[in-house]
Amino acid sequence: MSAQTEIHAPSRPAPPDKHAGGPAPRIVPVRRTGQWTAAVAVLLLLAGGLVSVVRNDAFQWDVVGDYLTTGSVLRGLGLTLWLTALVMVLGFALGTLLAVFRLSGNRVLQAVGWGYIWLFRSTPILVQLLFWFNIGALYPQILGVSTVNLLGPVAVAVIGLTLHEAAYAAEVVRGGILSVERGQLEAAQSLGLRPWRRFRRIVLPQAMRSIVPPAGNMLIGTLKGTSIVSIIAVQDLLYSVQLVYHRTYEVIPLLLVATLWYVAVTSLLSIGQYYVERHYARGTAGTR
Amino acid sequence: MSAPAEQVTDSDVMVEIRSVHKSFGPLAVLRGIDLSVRAGEVAVVLGPSGSGKSTLLRTINHLEKADQGWIAVDGDPVGYRRSGDTLYELREREVLRRRTRIGFVFQNFNLFPHLTVLDNIIEAPVAALGRPRREAVAAAERLLARVGLADKAGAYPRHLSGGQQQRVAIARALALEPKLLLFDEPTSALDPELVGEVLDVIRDLARGGTTMIVVTHEIGFAREVADTVVFMDEGRIIEQGPPADVLDRPAHERTRAFLSKVL
Repeated sequence: MSAQTEIHAPSRPAPPDKHAGGPAPRIVPVRRTGQWTAAVAVLLLLAGGLVSVVRNDAFQWDVVGDYLTTGSVLRGLGLTLWLTALVMVLGFALGTLLAVFRLSGNRVLQAVGWGYIWLFRSTPILVQLLFWFNIGALYPQILGVSTVNLLGPVAVAVIGLTLHEAAYAAEVVRGGILSVERGQLEAAQSLGLRPWRRFRRIVLPQAMRSIVPPAGNMLIGTLKGTSIVSIIAVQDLLYSVQLVYHRTYEVIPLLLVATLWYVAVTSLLSIGQYYVERHYARGTAGTR
Repeated sequence: MSAPAEQVTDSDVMVEIRSVHKSFGPLAVLRGIDLSVRAGEVAVVLGPSGSGKSTLLRTINHLEKADQGWIAVDGDPVGYRRSGDTLYELREREVLRRRTRIGFVFQNFNLFPHLTVLDNIIEAPVAALGRPRREAVAAAERLLARVGLADKAGAYPRHLSGGQQQRVAIARALALEPKLLLFDEPTSALDPELVGEVLDVIRDLARGGTTMIVVTHEIGFAREVADTVVFMDEGRIIEQGPPADVLDRPAHERTRAFLSKVL
């Protein structure tokens, strides 16, 4: 009973303020000594690291500068960029189809979608790529054409990366579609909208809000992941610098050349992702 | 002998529900519903939660399929083609076409959040009925004026209050010029002070002669607007009739018990 009276006490009218009318009291924040110490220590460590990088001649920054924009490196960069773009587009097209399979009412399509994702997520991309590279051993001829002529290293790279990408894209797209409230679909159905229109106009734009962040992750991952095609002698960014350092033995500076380009491109992509996310956030919290 | 045939062919009957059963797994939600709603009539469905009111409404526009029995709207069985004593399930395209004659207003509005108010309203007339965009926009603007939101065409749903969103949802349903409007607890998700503005719009439609079935908990609204009050409990219609009978002189104990709790 006494506890109850205490709880009710604050709801009574507050007593008149003794200092009413006088100057407001000064506020002294607590000293955060620990935070300052930690910040200074971390900054010192960073500065030390930076100084050692700049003063260590073995980095050969002059060599980095020489090769950063040479023709072969830029051609490698170009291949990396269009390979990434193509794999993303084809991977997400196939992935969306697989997501629709998995969400369809047709048991056979569900099973096929599930099986595809299971298979291509269960094996390393390196193994898949080597497998497609050697597909000629299984099928020496496809439609009367020699497999080796039909599927060059670049075609193998596109196929191998796309099939792998699609398995992951399917799950991203499926998650996005599942994130759309069921009522949205019912409203679209009650308005008589056809299935394709419902998907394209109502479900997908809302699903995109959950699809874009992981898709941005995948895009950056794919850009870097394309470097794996260097093992089947496709001249991407990494393989281009490898060709140079196999000749000149300037391994570190040429790896730095590739590193700088990868960082530059992924940074641009992160900025792009921000604007794409903003576009799909129309009509939701945080806009206007 | 001629009575059943008369019921089916009577041109005054807008909705004809005959011995509809529906179960979700072991749970029987509708256990034999018979109901007729005449053209221009407003039927208000009352009943405790879990009594099957919403499911009944959803079976009318085929969002749920009835397990047994059949429902006809304006003479056509919903979701089926009738030939003699057999009902053949229709292809989705045909079901969708028939659905455009039935407007549905949801408890949670279900406006499309990524489209503006105007785009929400013109989506179905343009995409489902093939109306020219200009015509659909003009019609949408008239509808928005009718629900008192003429200045909100360019707003996104989340910038509107719940009451405004529900009025947009009503305008969206009206844009298909439906012969029948179904309201599934249209004010249950609203703050109390916003209920009135939505009921005003529905009341206006009722006076305009639109055929409506309204599931609601607003007894006062039922008394004022309903031509027929239908009381449901445990998947059955317990009683139905004019509001003066069902609300003021209920014949059944269960109706009395329900009304004593909500009034």
